[in-house]
Amino acid sequence: MSVLALERLTYAYPGAPTPALDDVTLHVEEGELIVLAGRSGSGKSTLLRLASGLVPHVHGGTVRGEAVVAGMDVRDHGPGELAAVAGSLFQDPETQIVMGTVRNELAFPLENRGESPAAIARGVEEAALALGIAHLLERPTHALSGGELQRVALAAALVGRPRLVLLDEPTSQLDPVAGDELIGLLRRLNEEWGTTILLAEHRLERCLTAADRVLAMADGRIACDADPADFLAWAHASAPALETPGARLLATAGLGPPPVGVKQARRILRAAGGLPDDTHPVPAQRKEAARHRPALRLRGVWVEPRGEPAILRGVDLSIAAGERVALMGRNGAGKSTLLRHVAGLSQPTRGRIETGGRVALLLQNPNDYLVHERVGEEASAEALEAVGLAGMVDRHPRDLSGGERQRLALAVVLGGPDVAAPALLCLDEPTRGMDRAHKADLAVLLGRLAATGTGLLVATHDPEFAAAVADRVVLLADGAPIADGAAADVLAGGWYFATETARILRGAGGALDPDAGAALIRARLAAAPAVTGGPPAGPVAHAPAAGPPSVAPAPAANPPDPRPTEVRRR
Amino acid sequence: MPVRRTASPLHAARAAVGCALCAALALPALLFDDPLVLGAVVAAALATGTAAGAGRPLRRALLLALPFALAIALLNPLITHDGLTVIARLGSLPVLGRIDVTLEALAYGAVLGLRALALIVCCALYAAVVDPDEVLRSFRRVSFRSALTATLATRMVPVLQRDGRRMADAQRCRAGAAPARLALVRAVAAGALDRAVDVAAALEVRGYGSARRPPRVRAPFSRHDRAFAAAAVVLLAATVVVRATGAAAFDAYPQLHGDWGAGAWALAAALVLVPLLPFLDRRGVEPRAAALASGWGRR
Repeated sequence: MSVLALERLTYAYPGAPTPALDDVTLHVEEGELIVLAGRSGSGKSTLLRLASGLVPHVHGGTVRGEAVVAGMDVRDHGPGELAAVAGSLFQDPETQIVMGTVRNELAFPLENRGESPAAIARGVEEAALALGIAHLLERPTHALSGGELQRVALAAALVGRPRLVLLDEPTSQLDPVAGDELIGLLRRLNEEWGTTILLAEHRLERCLTAADRVLAMADGRIACDADPADFLAWAHASAPALETPGARLLATAGLGPPPVGVKQARRILRAAGGLPDDTHPVPAQRKEAARHRPALRLRGVWVEPRGEPAILRGVDLSIAAGERVALMGRNGAGKSTLLRHVAGLSQPTRGRIETGGRVALLLQNPNDYLVHERVGEEASAEALEAVGLAGMVDRHPRDLSGGERQRLALAVVLGGPDVAAPALLCLDEPTRGMDRAHKADLAVLLGRLAATGTGLLVATHDPEFAAAVADRVVLLADGAPIADGAAADVLAGGWYFATETARILRGAGGALDPDAGAALIRARLAAAPAVTGGPPAGPVAHAPAAGPPSVAPAPAANPPDPRPTEVRRR
Repeated sequence: MPVRRTASPLHAARAAVGCALCAALALPALLFDDPLVLGAVVAAALATGTAAGAGRPLRRALLLALPFALAIALLNPLITHDGLTVIARLGSLPVLGRIDVTLEALAYGAVLGLRALALIVCCALYAAVVDPDEVLRSFRRVSFRSALTATLATRMVPVLQRDGRRMADAQRCRAGAAPARLALVRAVAAGALDRAVDVAAALEVRGYGSARRPPRVRAPFSRHDRAFAAAAVVLLAATVVVRATGAAAFDAYPQLHGDWGAGAWALAAALVLVPLLPFLDRRGVEPRAAALASGWGRR
């Protein structure tokens, strides 16, 4: 029996002119791990909220068709009843924590089910051990970091051993290490507990290797329902914004089939003779900072809160005018604290911070900046023009999409002609929850600003975005920089803080993006044309470019075999 | 102000006992006008909080409450025309009419301010030493819907505090002029509503909406439970007895009259000393959640 079954389901939010889900038919079988892909606003979150019962019971709206979760009709059973079979985890962990301590948070769902104290104690202990948060059990929830909160929220969703787990971009606030750990954990839960998992995610390269099946959504409809390999082939032909960097790398290099993960990409490249076998990762080097007029200079900056460990430990950092710097590091490394001090929101305990003029800071949540009823009231016409929102002056800020709100907040901090242009623009996790297309737009916009002489300091967990936006990367660990060098040096030489292209090519040539990597592969292939294990040449047979939405209606029961059966070269 | 789980006898006691102690401290502040008793309540709450390792948040609460108490003290003589001892004639003011400030109204204003201070410090003590999760658990057995409302309100406070701090930071980052206060208030209200929906949704998907009545957990009283419960009973008894005997009476009008005899002093001394006695026994003082988790239960 399907754990989740939708039959011709159409749902519209109250007052919405178009449905958020449009004639969706879907069957999710027991034990599947399904990745939900799609651009922002395509209907992924609505589908998850429907499966948890929040739609329509909390959000209202109109439903047509059938939606059944573990035998319960969603229209007749609210989220409280569905919680017994479906655990949910949403994007923002702060609003999902409802109790004062981690132990109480994990006990809460079991108490709601009327479990005995002994069963609650055992369930809490097991969930905490499974998620590696046993050491946090007595900690107050208000003292947890974002990554810890997300783990606790996931544990609370899993503690009742639900048959179906619904996750809405659970890695969006996690660093690459924690994100990979979370995906690994989901895979283990899926394999060992048989939990059915429905995971919405923008960074598909993180999770496709774990998936049995991928559902791509567009305009509230299911545009593709296929196994990961077929999905990538479909994305290459029909939705390039959903293509993973690895798939694009090989497609651009003229190789196929589209690889599901780094390991398979390497196998294809090795078989084709395109994998650099003698790599010499360049050690990260400090770069001479002030090439021109300095936009920022930090000298021995310490931040030591009373009674707590130091957050920043003697940071020295210089950024020149027009320089584009990405600040990376694990959750809690001190990135946000550094930005706050640079922008003058807090004062360091020791050290000096000198700036070449005004510092503009865009914090993580763009909504915090938006207080007016019209876009035109939030920022000047010039600033709106600069961020590409000139045609939206009469819209309500809260009606804008996530990417548009981010740009509007950027216009707010940039200011108009009556305010001096910032010497430095700091952005704290600007791509949180953004799809790939919006990230690309933002990278272009930031590049334009840097070209006018504004220095950029971008704190991000996203290596792909860092590679697109920065020409220098500073890696922060435990409050101090541990690597500072050209993006190609730092991002090509790491394991976690590296782009997928760099991981596939093992840092060869400092190639970070698919285009640079493909050029490198083509050069190698031209030098060594031998191909093993497949036809010598010929067109890449990717999935159908057009036709009915579902390219592979039969879901795969097991993860795809990562080993390629053939290597094709264009 | 979130509860601070420190290793103290009061934190090791069950939430119901903590509630009872805070109520026993607050009750005299409601029943008596005597400044000696009210001052003793403030001192007792501060001393108890300090002994429980929560002195700093309590002192902060006291400092925050002082302007409020002062405002009450200063407003009363302007509004109240009772009392016989006129100490200042301020003439006539619109709306308020003729203002004659009397010593009695001034003194009673100070009493009201002190009472407000005492109640705020008692609430701060409750917030600092009583586990709200455990209170909720107990409350749910009595009234499910009320517990839901209380939970929502409790959870919204820290969430909105964080939102407020973030929003204030964002407004400091704006280029150019700051937005009008009205726009800010509107945005804060809209954000609070959004947050409330988010928190309610989180409670729903954790199964709160269809929660069953939780089973009654019978656990023996620990030494700390017994000690603080005894302290609360003694305070309650002392309050009732002193009130019944008419001791510690204080009348502001028409002329100041106070009874600062043995009864008042005894009650004040009891208020300050009795809640501190259970702190003498510091065996097994780790917070309750840890004790329960370790399987030892209550000792």
